[in-house]
Amino acid sequence: MFQYIIRRLLIAIPVLLGVTIFNFFIINLAPGNPVDMFVNPNMSAADILAKKEALGLNDPLWEQYGRWMGSMLQGDFGYSFATYEPVLDNIAARIGPTLLLMGTALIIAYLIAIPVGILSATKQYSFIDYLTTTFSFFGISIPNFFLGLGAIYVFGIVFPIFPTGGMTTLGSSGGFVDTFMHLVLPAMVLGTAIAGSMVRYVRSSMLEVLGQDYLRTARAKGLREFFVNNKHALRNALIPIVTIIGLEIPLLIGGAVVTEQIFQWPGLGQLTIQSIGSRDYPMLMALNFIAAFTVLFSNLLTDLMYSVVDPRIKYN
Amino acid sequence: MEEYLLKVDKVQTVFKTGKGEITSVEEVSFQLKPGQTIGIVGESGCGKSVTSLSIMRLLGKHGYVKNGSILFNGKDLAKISEAEMREIRGNEISMIFQEPMTSLNPVFTIGNQMMEGIRLHMKLGKKEARNYAIEMLNSVGIPRSEAIMNEFPHALSGGMRQRVMIAMALSCRPRLLIADEPTTALDVTIQAQILELMKKLRSQSNTAIILITHDLGVVAEMVDKIIVMYAGQVVEEADVFTLFDNPKHPYTKGLIGSIPHIETHQEDRLISIPGAVPSLQNMPTGCRFHTRCEFATERCLQEQPNLIQLDETGEHKVRCWLAEEEAYVSRENKEVFV
Ligand SMILES: Nc1ncnc2c1ncn2[C@@H]1O[C@H](COP(=O)(O)OP(=O)(O)OP(=O)(O)O)[C@@H](O)[C@H]1O
Ligand SMILES: [Mg+2]
Repeated sequence: MFQYIIRRLLIAIPVLLGVTIFNFFIINLAPGNPVDMFVNPNMSAADILAKKEALGLNDPLWEQYGRWMGSMLQGDFGYSFATYEPVLDNIAARIGPTLLLMGTALIIAYLIAIPVGILSATKQYSFIDYLTTTFSFFGISIPNFFLGLGAIYVFGIVFPIFPTGGMTTLGSSGGFVDTFMHLVLPAMVLGTAIAGSMVRYVRSSMLEVLGQDYLRTARAKGLREFFVNNKHALRNALIPIVTIIGLEIPLLIGGAVVTEQIFQWPGLGQLTIQSIGSRDYPMLMALNFIAAFTVLFSNLLTDLMYSVVDPRIKYN
Repeated sequence: MEEYLLKVDKVQTVFKTGKGEITSVEEVSFQLKPGQTIGIVGESGCGKSVTSLSIMRLLGKHGYVKNGSILFNGKDLAKISEAEMREIRGNEISMIFQEPMTSLNPVFTIGNQMMEGIRLHMKLGKKEARNYAIEMLNSVGIPRSEAIMNEFPHALSGGMRQRVMIAMALSCRPRLLIADEPTTALDVTIQAQILELMKKLRSQSNTAIILITHDLGVVAEMVDKIIVMYAGQVVEEADVFTLFDNPKHPYTKGLIGSIPHIETHQEDRLISIPGAVPSLQNMPTGCRFHTRCEFATERCLQEQPNLIQLDETGEHKVRCWLAEEEAYVSRENKEVFV
């Protein structure tokens, strides 16, 4: 098991390397550069050139990349071009809110998807099944920003129950209840968007299990249908369901970028959008690196989860 | 009347499909006394499993018993509520399934699955249930039973899994055990062991057994009475000796002729029955076997024969015009019991 994990981590290294190279060149292909963002009319052309020179932007791309890689390997992600603070400090300040948002959204998604998916599968082709299918396709196809704006309109303006921006009320010291109230809308929006596709997974996974012989054995023992479905069938259906966490995390990251922007949630997603705007190369490189790392890590986690839920699978 | 443990009477089982209902089994009747073993034989697809699942009422969402009655201890299993049926399943009637490889849940331990039924029906606590389950595993000849309790099914061979299934089925001391081809998926030596095991258990606890198989050889040494099924119907019923010595239905004769014998000479070919079982959507009129019967007459094509009794005791029954006419002649127009 331990060896397996080590092996997987080693395989991840070239992938991460590839991702950083790719990102670096893509970012540099974008028109404009960091210096343009803080030019003002009083600066002369020579000043701008000097500034570029100071930031190392005039060097060949591969040299810039080598420099970034060199310091990254020593744990130094450089300074933000926009805030002049260390990149890692900025990220550290924002990672908490993002994890809180994504974690809550994931929990909401599972809380919705598992019971609804089971219901939909056990009552296949019934009215309930068609209803949930319709709703899940809504969930899949409505863009996050639209759902977000809708939620703000309904719960922020028509029925002003929840705050619609930020993580704490301005001027207050925050606290659990305040943060919770701020969390409700973005987490719901992000969670339901993911629940849509998840319901489909749970349903099909459950349907596959429902025809299995061992359920007949369970019924032949005299077990109630409730136990047959929620013990014998569900436990088997969960095997493919946990693996989709690995597929959901990239979606979650993408969704968080949009959702955080709409709800002014002070997380990494919002930071990403801001950094794109200011062509903050070091910050973007670090954010991309974290995203890539998270995706690879969640894939590994998924495989390990497999061996926890399915006794037939042992890694070595 | 009351001496019968199970009385299956003219049962018709249908499945609802997209194209309407299809009848899988009909006119199935037989009786079983406590401690008796009855064998059901017939080719693949003739309705053996559906008959047993009708008794257990485990036909799935789309299947149900449309006509007839299944009296068990005086209760009609086709009519009682689902809650009553659950009390009977795994408790008074248990079943061993055809496929040992897929009949155990892969994600729960043997112990977990064994104890479920025991705790449910015998109302034992966790600890007692565990000890009892270990005892049951021992009784079916599973070595290291305590360790096996913590194993998952995939770690066990087919023979061991079928033993677990048997232990599970017998744990609540059922009055009726339905074994649906319990040995088909196993190799011959294991097959013999499992059959020995079932014989031993039968003699210990006076359990009635319905043994389903398409292997007449297996039946011959295990059962008191045999039912031959063809295309969803019972075509012949007799005790073992009568059936082998004096089969009446051409299909039964064909089945018996197809068993290989040690003494069979090389030049004597085994008889095989030409053709295949007709499909459910496409049942022939008249006698269902007429398409494959070398003795078929005009009448066989038109009219469906009934299951008639051939002797006074009513132990030998057959569904065939030929046998019926023969019986008329031999009894010189004595009345035939229908
Ligand atoms: N769930 C179902 N829906 C529709 N038809 C079914 C269903 N189950 C069984 N049947 C049909 O009922 C008939 C009898 O099937 P059954 O499984 O009882 O055969 P069998 O005698 O047990 O055969 P085998 O020896 O292969 O186990 C078959 O024609 C089958 O197609
Ligand atoms: Mg069968």
